[in-house]
This record gives sequence, structure tokens and C-alpha cells, in this order.
Amino acid sequence: MSVSRRDFIRGGVAAFTVSFAAPSFLTEVARAQGARSRSLVVLYLGGGNDALSTLVPYQDQFYYQRRPVIAVPAGQVLQIGTDMGGRALGLHPRLTGLRDIFNDGRLAIVQRAGYQNSSRSHFQGTDIWGTADPGSPSVMGWLGKFLETVPSDALSGWSATREVPRALRSRTISVPAIPNARTYAFNSPNSATEAVHERAAATRIASHVPVNRPQLSFVNTAAIGALETLDRVASVSTYTGTVAYPNNGLALALRTVAGSIVRGIGTRVYWVQTGGFDTHATQGAGGTGAYGNLMGSFGGSVLAFYNDLRNQGLLGDTMLLQFSEFGRRISENGSAGTDHGAAGVMMAMGGAVRGGIYGTAASLDPNPGNPTLENNGGDVRFETDFRSVYAQVLDNWLGANSTSILGGDFRAGAPAIV
Amino acid sequence: MARGSPLIEHLLRRAGFGMSPDDLRFYETMSVATAIGRLLDYESVPDDVDDRIGNAAYAGVTARGTFSPNSNIEDARQRWLFRMIHSQRPLQEKMTLFWHNHFATLYSKLQGTVGAGLGAKLMANKAGALPGPQGQIETIRQFAVGKFRDLLTEMSRDPAMLVFLDGRLNTRQRPQENFGREIMELFTFGLGNYTEQDVYAAARVFTGWNIRLVRGADRSDANSYYEFVFLANQHETAAKTFTFPIYANGSRVIPARSAANGMQDGLDLIAALARHPETARRLARKLWGFFVSEVLPPDPEFVTSCAAVYAANDTEILPVVHYILRSRWFLSLTNSYARYAWPVEFVVRSVKEVGWSGLSVDTLRTPLTNMGQTLFEPPDVAGWELGEGWFSTGAALARMNYAASVAFNQRFNLGRAAADARTSPEALLSLFLDRFSPAPYDSEPYDGLLEYLRAGAAWTGSDAQLTTKAAGLTRLIVGSSEYQFM
Repeated sequence: MSVSRRDFIRGGVAAFTVSFAAPSFLTEVARAQGARSRSLVVLYLGGGNDALSTLVPYQDQFYYQRRPVIAVPAGQVLQIGTDMGGRALGLHPRLTGLRDIFNDGRLAIVQRAGYQNSSRSHFQGTDIWGTADPGSPSVMGWLGKFLETVPSDALSGWSATREVPRALRSRTISVPAIPNARTYAFNSPNSATEAVHERAAATRIASHVPVNRPQLSFVNTAAIGALETLDRVASVSTYTGTVAYPNNGLALALRTVAGSIVRGIGTRVYWVQTGGFDTHATQGAGGTGAYGNLMGSFGGSVLAFYNDLRNQGLLGDTMLLQFSEFGRRISENGSAGTDHGAAGVMMAMGGAVRGGIYGTAASLDPNPGNPTLENNGGDVRFETDFRSVYAQVLDNWLGANSTSILGGDFRAGAPAIV
Repeated sequence: MARGSPLIEHLLRRAGFGMSPDDLRFYETMSVATAIGRLLDYESVPDDVDDRIGNAAYAGVTARGTFSPNSNIEDARQRWLFRMIHSQRPLQEKMTLFWHNHFATLYSKLQGTVGAGLGAKLMANKAGALPGPQGQIETIRQFAVGKFRDLLTEMSRDPAMLVFLDGRLNTRQRPQENFGREIMELFTFGLGNYTEQDVYAAARVFTGWNIRLVRGADRSDANSYYEFVFLANQHETAAKTFTFPIYANGSRVIPARSAANGMQDGLDLIAALARHPETARRLARKLWGFFVSEVLPPDPEFVTSCAAVYAANDTEILPVVHYILRSRWFLSLTNSYARYAWPVEFVVRSVKEVGWSGLSVDTLRTPLTNMGQTLFEPPDVAGWELGEGWFSTGAALARMNYAASVAFNQRFNLGRAAADARTSPEALLSLFLDRFSPAPYDSEPYDGLLEYLRAGAAWTGSDAQLTTKAAGLTRLIVGSSEYQFM
């Protein structure tokens, strides 16, 4: 262990930071798992992504009739071919990054992912996707249940956002929330030697398990989770990557994830999210504006992550899985935006992903009898149960047992994305 | 100070933001009933706390240029933190925080839509400070314990809310569902009590509720403002049918009305939602978590009783809070420290207990963001994730590191305070456990604190050693899990 003196500016005071020297970050657990074990990066687009603007059915006349302002002109979409139903599809014009990955054969796009009686509530919808249980979105997340099946380690899961989402919650695993590896350090009001004493005492105090106060145990577990992971996380904080990442929160989170993968931390599941997709208003005309900017940062960030991992030979060990809590109404509203809808689009990216377009696009004909729509022709009806995608990832990528984790057999009809 | 009034302290933590030594001296001579009365009857206490900003006896603020809490969001955050620390009407600030989370509105969306200056005014302009209506947080503060129906009405016509949930874009030709959905899902009775049909109908009810920009003569943001306006020509006049009763006679239909009278549609729906029994029960459950316990689920008898008080008092909140504070659930010390402190509650309480000499509340803002709570910037319209949701590892680390920074900031004051206990580590620990108010330590963490005081050079009780150990001990206590409960 070494102690370094470093001023910390946050909060306007100078103090000391205790750190421990690398390379002890590569723990026995991480070695046992193999430093290059497969990892899953889940990317959540918060707010309900407008799938019909991400993947545009640019030959469907109803798409243009029902979205006179916000529709992406057919001449501007990035054509990626047709789906199994013969419908021509194009990516949003700001998704050039994803088009490049698609052309490499490493991007799978699953259309009309969702579930029966789709919730239009952000919060219930997010819980359903997080727990994979539309009936009773309980406390346990699908990824938390998976992490309970792998060797216990303080960094087996890593939430690169400030909170730990329901998807990563479990009874026995406490996943750390580490939005920024560079500020994840233990500060002290005192000199270096004293800081070491403080850290030892803080660890001892938080290691206590009061049997009759479960709430105190919970907070102690979070504190210990932080104290135990500080030094391994510190080894990631200097990572800059082999490519220039865009300067936005999503890209910087993905760079942190890439750093963790490159340094062999041993994390199996990462959670990354970015918001702004609740586009009730001024989504932007013809693919420009606010939604276009969302797509620009989404596509650019994922492309940087893809290229960085590919350059370092780690793409084959990584899969990124993208989802959102629902898609949006087909018809635009009066404010050049879209309200809450039903089925959405999922994507998977990685070295072992079988690229392509999965599922069939809906016909956007508002006729209430149109079987590909629901809610009187207002919303896109799901075709692929999102849990079958989870099953595919659990079974064929993470080597887990999807039936026990998801509480049911969802393997039938799963798109063969990996 | 000796700690001899556990119920008074419990009351001040829950119905306020904890206590400075002066607060404790003031309240601990009262009976619990008197103290509750004093907290509830805050209208009888002068509302002059803002006049003390800049007074050296109080916590400081940091001005970048002119201190502008009515039109600069960072300064507005400083003013609110200052009020939480020093207001003599702590329950009013507490309820304002409760409703800020309930009617969660994100400044960032206002800024993106109307710009930084006008956006800050929409949130925080104090009545009469700058031209235009008072900001959302001031309206909440005004109605904090008034009738919920009035608060709901004010929030529905609040310019910040009309920007945040897109009500300004909700028109006759193209109804927009954002506000119509959230007023049912989040602001009143919650999921399970309405259908998609009700969402459509509610959106149409509120068509025409809009805002208007009034430009000052100099066209500056400070002198310009947004105000509420009802645009009759944008109102959908047809009847609207709901799946739940709108009127006392059980009718579920808001009748067709002339455009000029169309604003009554929204008032009828607001009244129906405010008096709906499931709204009363949902608010009771939220108040249970806020005042009584986040460890135990709401007692059904508590929920029923609170809902009855709410209904009997025409949706007024003051009698409900009064009932709660006098109830056996609140006054039972088995529920003390059963509430996870929100980051602002934790930070404000620590400042009141550790001290504020030479401290600017501006230095609290970044730590609060790292702990997951930026005032005027909840994560989304559902507000913050409370309880265990505050305690990710990153947030737990941020709390420990905040404790380090406040201990560093106050280390000389702490060192002087420790002079009374220079005889031994045990004496110092005893003094500081009396000064601060964490949940009780079991023997193992207690021994950990003592071990820290003994670590390093042998105990001499020198001024230098006291300054070091008092700061380290403060960071350990304030940063400990025991201190994160209230």
C-alpha cells in the first residue's frame, strides 16, 4: 500500500486522498474468472425512445401521413435493407456510427420488442423491463439475479450511472454505482498518515452488521462496497482509450466501461444510461433538432466504444444491449412530438453478435383492424417478447440459465442475435 | 449540551432539519405538545430568514457578481439551503421540500426551453422581488400546508409546470398528453385508478391552459416574465367522459361548455382528483414514509385515519400533519432513526450540528449533486428515489467525502470545542457523541471510533492532536451509516 498526497478541489477545500498501488487491482476472483471473461453492457435510453425515428419504415405511406412534421424524409435515411417481411428500413440519418457497425455485421436490430398490455408509464415500464416481470415488477432485477449466479465479487456488476437501477438489484449482491472513476476516492480532512487511520476506522465501523437494524446494515453494505472497490476503480481512472470519445455523458461512461474491460477488472455486467428520450414536444422536423442530437450522441458514443474495443482485441468479449421502456405513439402530437406508446426497438452490438434486422415492421395503417398495431391503431404492437431477447443473452452469451433467472421459459421464438 | 429530550430531537429531525445548539436550547424546555404547536403554527413566526443572508453570524453565500437568488438557479439553491439551515419555520421548509419532490420539476428543461434567467425565475422568483409572478417553489412554500386542491390548482396553472410538462403545447387541434397523464399517475391517485381513455380526456380538459411572455421595457430577463393565461380559442369544448366520478352526484362526464368558460373543465377535474379517496390514501402513504418510517410499511389504520382527516378538512394538509405528529406512530421512539435522510436533510443537519463559521452554503452544492440530490433538478417527474435508493456505493462514498470536507472546513472550531475533553480519547468521544446526534452505535463501531482516536502517536491532548483527532472523529461520525438516519 502506498499513500499519495493529492489536493482535492471539490467543495473548495484542500485535503488528502488515500490510494493503494496498482497492480493489485487484479483480484484473485478476477483472475479465477479469467481477466477477459465475457461482459454485458446494458444501455438504457431513458424516457421512451421513439423507435419509429430510430429505425424508419421509409416506404410506409402512413408513416408520412401520421407524422407530417417530424417524419424523416425517405431520401435522408441510412438504408440498411429490408426485414424478414420485405419492408425497407433505414436508420436515422444521425446514426452513421451504427450504420458502420451494421455494415461490419456486428449490429443486431430487434424490431417491435415489448410485451402484452404494454405499460405507458415511465416508472412502471422501467420496472417491468428491469425485472422482466410484467405481472409483478418486484424488487429483484434480471441482471441482479444473474449476478447471484456468478462468483461473488464487489465489482461483478458496475452501474456507470449515479444510481443502481432496479435491473441490477438483488437480495445478496450490492452493485456499486460509479459514474466517474476519477472522482471515486476516499478523502480526508487530515494528513496522509491520519487519513490511513480514518480509512481503517471507517471500514471497521461499516463492517458491523447490526442484526436488529436492517436499514443500518443496508447502508453499511453500500459503504463497504465503496471502500472495497476504491483501489481497483482507481486503476481505471487513468484510462483514456485508443480513440477520441465524443464529449458527452454517455460517451464518457462508455469510456469508463472500456477502461474497466481493458484493465481486466472482472466485471460481468455494466449499466449505462442516457436520458432525454421523453420527446413530447419539439422532437425536431425531418430528423433534425433535439431527436437528431440524441441520435448523434448515441451513435457516435457507441461507435467510439466499438472502435476502442476492436483496436484492443476485446470486441469478442463484449456485448452491448440497448433498450428503452417503451416506444412512442405513431401519430405525432400537436407539439411536433410524440406521446407514450407501446413496442420499441432493441439493439445488440459486439464481436459475437450476428448482425441484421430481426422481426417484421408494423404496418402503420391506422385501421383499427390492423393486427400489427394496438390501442385503436395508435401504437405499435409488440411482436418479440423482450424476455426472449434476455433469454438469448443469458443462455448464449453469459452462459447462464435463462429459465431460472427469468422465472419461465422464453427461449422459443427468440431472435438468434448471438 | 446534554441530551435529555429524545422526543424533542426526534421531532426536530423529522418536522425540521435537526437542531443547532441554540435550537435545542430553545425547544428542549417545551413540552412535546408545545413544540409541535410551535412548529405547526409557523404563520405566527416572522418569515424574515432571508434578511440574514450576508450577516456574519450565519452561514455565508458565494456571489458570482451580484447575488441573484430570483434569477440565477445556483443562487436560488444557495438561498434555499440557507433557509433550511436558519429558518425559524422549519416545518414550512420541510413541507416545501416534500412537495418539491411530489411536483418534481426539472430546471434543466426550463432552461432549455426559455433560457437560464427566465427559467430560474420560473422556479424561484420571490413575490415582489422581480417583475412577474412568484416562482414555483415560492408557490409551494405559500401553500405548503394549505388545501391540497388549491396546491394542485396552483401547480396546474404554474408557468414552470406548463413548460415542464408541455401544457403550453396542449391545444384543441392536437391534444398533448404529458400533463394529463402525470396529474393522475404522479400528482394524485396513482396507477391503477385510471385508463388510457382518461389520459386522452384529461389532456383535452387542460387545452388552453397556457403561458404568455411579457417583455420588460429593457427586454432583460430580470424584467421579463412568463405568466399564466387561458387561451379560450385553444380549448376543446366538447364533453369529456371519464371512468371515475368527476362530480359529487357521481357523474363521470364534464359537460360541453363554451370556450370562454372552458377553464372550468380543468378546475372540475382537479377538484375530483383532489377529493378522490385514493388520492387521500396515496398522500397518506407518502406522508408515512416522510414522517414516520421507511422501515415499516404504512400501517393500514394510519392510512385510513389520515385519509379521514384529509376528507373531513376539505383536503387541507395542516390538520393531517398535526394528526401525524400527535399520533402514536410518530411519537413512538421505536420509529426514531427509521427514516433514511435525504442528502439535503443530511447536509443541513450536519451543518447545524458541526457549525457554519466561515462556511459558504455554496460549497454544499457539489457534494449534494454527488450524493444524488440537486435542488430544482430531480431525476425525473417522479422525483427522487427515496429510502434505500439514496444509498448506492457512489452516493455512500460521496456522503463520507462530504463529511471529510465539512470536518476540514470546521477543524479549528472543532479543535477548540475538543479542548474540554483533552484528558483522554474516551472523554473526546463522549463529548462528540453528545454534540452530534447519530443513531446509537453498537459496541463494535463504538470501539472502532475509539480505536481511531488512539491510533498513531500516544495521546497527549495537545492542541495539534485535538485539532487533528476532532476533525477525523467528526468525519467518521458524520460519515458513518448511523448518521444517515433521522
